[in-house]
Amino acid sequence: MKLAVNYREIEGKSAGFWVLLGGLGLMAGLAFGAFLYMEHSGHYVTGMNNQIVWGMPHVFAIFLIVAASGALNVASIGTVFGKALYKPLGRLSGLLAIALLLGGLMVLVLDLGRPDRLIVAMTYYNFKSIFAWNIILYNGFLAVTIVYLWMMMERRMNAYYRPAGIVAFVWRLILTTGTGAIFGWLVARSGYDMAMLAPMFIIMSFAYGLAIFILVLMAAYNWTGRPLGDAILFRLKNLLGVFIAAVLYFVAVYHLSNLYATEHHGIERFILMDGGIFTGLFWIVQILLGSLVPLAMVYHPTLGKSRPAIATAAALVIIGGFALLYVLLIGGQAYPLDIFPGYEVVSSSFADGAFNSYSPSIWEITLGVGGVAVALLVVTVAVRVLQFLPETLADSAIDPHAAKAD
Amino acid sequence: MSENGKSMDSSRRDFLTRAGASAGAAAIAPGVFLSAPAAAKSPDQPVSGDKRWGILVDTNKCADNCDACVSACKEENGWGHSETHSRPDQQAQWIRTVEIRNKATGFAKTLPMMCQHCENPPCVDVCPTGASFRRTDGIVLVDKHICIGCRYCMMACPYKARSFIHEELHDQLPWAPRGKGTVESCTLCVQLVDNGDIPACVEACSADNHNALVFGDLYDENSEISRELKKAESVELRADLGLNTGVRYRGL
Repeated sequence: MKLAVNYREIEGKSAGFWVLLGGLGLMAGLAFGAFLYMEHSGHYVTGMNNQIVWGMPHVFAIFLIVAASGALNVASIGTVFGKALYKPLGRLSGLLAIALLLGGLMVLVLDLGRPDRLIVAMTYYNFKSIFAWNIILYNGFLAVTIVYLWMMMERRMNAYYRPAGIVAFVWRLILTTGTGAIFGWLVARSGYDMAMLAPMFIIMSFAYGLAIFILVLMAAYNWTGRPLGDAILFRLKNLLGVFIAAVLYFVAVYHLSNLYATEHHGIERFILMDGGIFTGLFWIVQILLGSLVPLAMVYHPTLGKSRPAIATAAALVIIGGFALLYVLLIGGQAYPLDIFPGYEVVSSSFADGAFNSYSPSIWEITLGVGGVAVALLVVTVAVRVLQFLPETLADSAIDPHAAKAD
Repeated sequence: MSENGKSMDSSRRDFLTRAGASAGAAAIAPGVFLSAPAAAKSPDQPVSGDKRWGILVDTNKCADNCDACVSACKEENGWGHSETHSRPDQQAQWIRTVEIRNKATGFAKTLPMMCQHCENPPCVDVCPTGASFRRTDGIVLVDKHICIGCRYCMMACPYKARSFIHEELHDQLPWAPRGKGTVESCTLCVQLVDNGDIPACVEACSADNHNALVFGDLYDENSEISRELKKAESVELRADLGLNTGVRYRGL
């Protein structure tokens, strides 16, 4: 038997709500200002150059896009895999997926050299380009997820909700494959050139999307005074632990594969030992703080039951995700191309053979943070005007035993 | 270029040449034959796939501390002086000289690096809008009207041949369009080649009597470049990627 779930808009009258809205609006506004400045001046005001061509905006954009597909996972578990416990969370899951994707795409587009030519990107397609496919996959994901949400939220359409959920689930797997392939198919750069990046991006999306979902869920229920029971929260944090471990596994296989092939020893030495900021970010932020610490926290007998600890673990996973993408994206470009195998470069006016350096400008960081703000702004406004959040997620309302029997 | 690819292409070219010549002879009034076509291509004439332009770089002839090719390219295509705000690592370089040293033997040499005009260019594969394209005669170009400045081609190019324009430019030359927020690279001096001339770098190298650069049609067995390529060993950079570059190096 199904338990009735009542969804209701949040009240949105408290000072805190308006402060949140104002703060996010301000961050989005600052990002727009940073975009206008970079667009007007040209990219010379950024830290990017002809060696590091994708910088901080791409780290944010890729993170948000990867997390977007992962945020939909919670809904998929309910719809596709029939786990009733997750079903009340489906609406928020779909909403977060759309919001994060919008934030990520905004950053990606506003960092183009010619953002005014967005219409060109939408009308001229080179179908051999995985980037072109991604444009279609991103737009399609928005459409598919909106239809999925509609089927979920409109009682008359509930009959079609499972097929819509299956389409959305398959679509998101293809989408994240495409995002990983943007890097995995770059054969000339030793830091990328690995098909494994596609499935690795999928598992990363599971972890980052869920971490964001947990934080947004906890914040929403805490700030609105709605009950959020341990049954749901602990299930989610245990799942997060599985995903953290899975990302660690993929990272290990990625580096071991590179370490086995002599031609990739250079990039591995750079990332794991001599890369300065990249080495530090890898070991301390990505592996220790972003993976091992939250993994220990969520499974710890006492910390794993503490809400502040669960929230901290989720936040650490997000920070670790940023570190992973920074090391992969920027580190992969900082390591020089091997244009002349067997030779070393003595001198070049174009930094051949040199380790490239990159210091992100305040404009790029502001634009990236603005993408996060826009995503959260969309969520905040949406839960205020539409019925995304169940009135209660208390254990008594969500009976896991009933869920199993369903 | 692989041997197989070359022989296949040249037999097809022979066939096309003969078929075209017969058709032409039939079409023109009997007894009247046009003289051999001039090398120059009129603007309304499509680019022909019967040719494939390329450059052979003989690094043995490349003089140390010589940058005649770079200076000539700057002058012909109008880059190298107009980016006043950009940091050095942000300024465009269509061609550069690189000094390399053999790790095992210590033997050092200088060579020019530019777009290698691949037959299978990764930049063209990855470009989302098709702005990055390869003409049928092998010249790889960027259509400045549909380049959105995503820089994915720069991520994909194994030769770091491309530059992004980081600021507003004001003194572009009519035959070498450039613009803020788009990507550019060596055009093999397409404006000269289409007029039957040779690229500025090759011209400058000959003018300095180094003759390290040979330009010509790789499909024409009688062209100087084809004869030189046949005569002695040459390599393509990153041959492992199988891109079949139009630019070849001797002495590496």
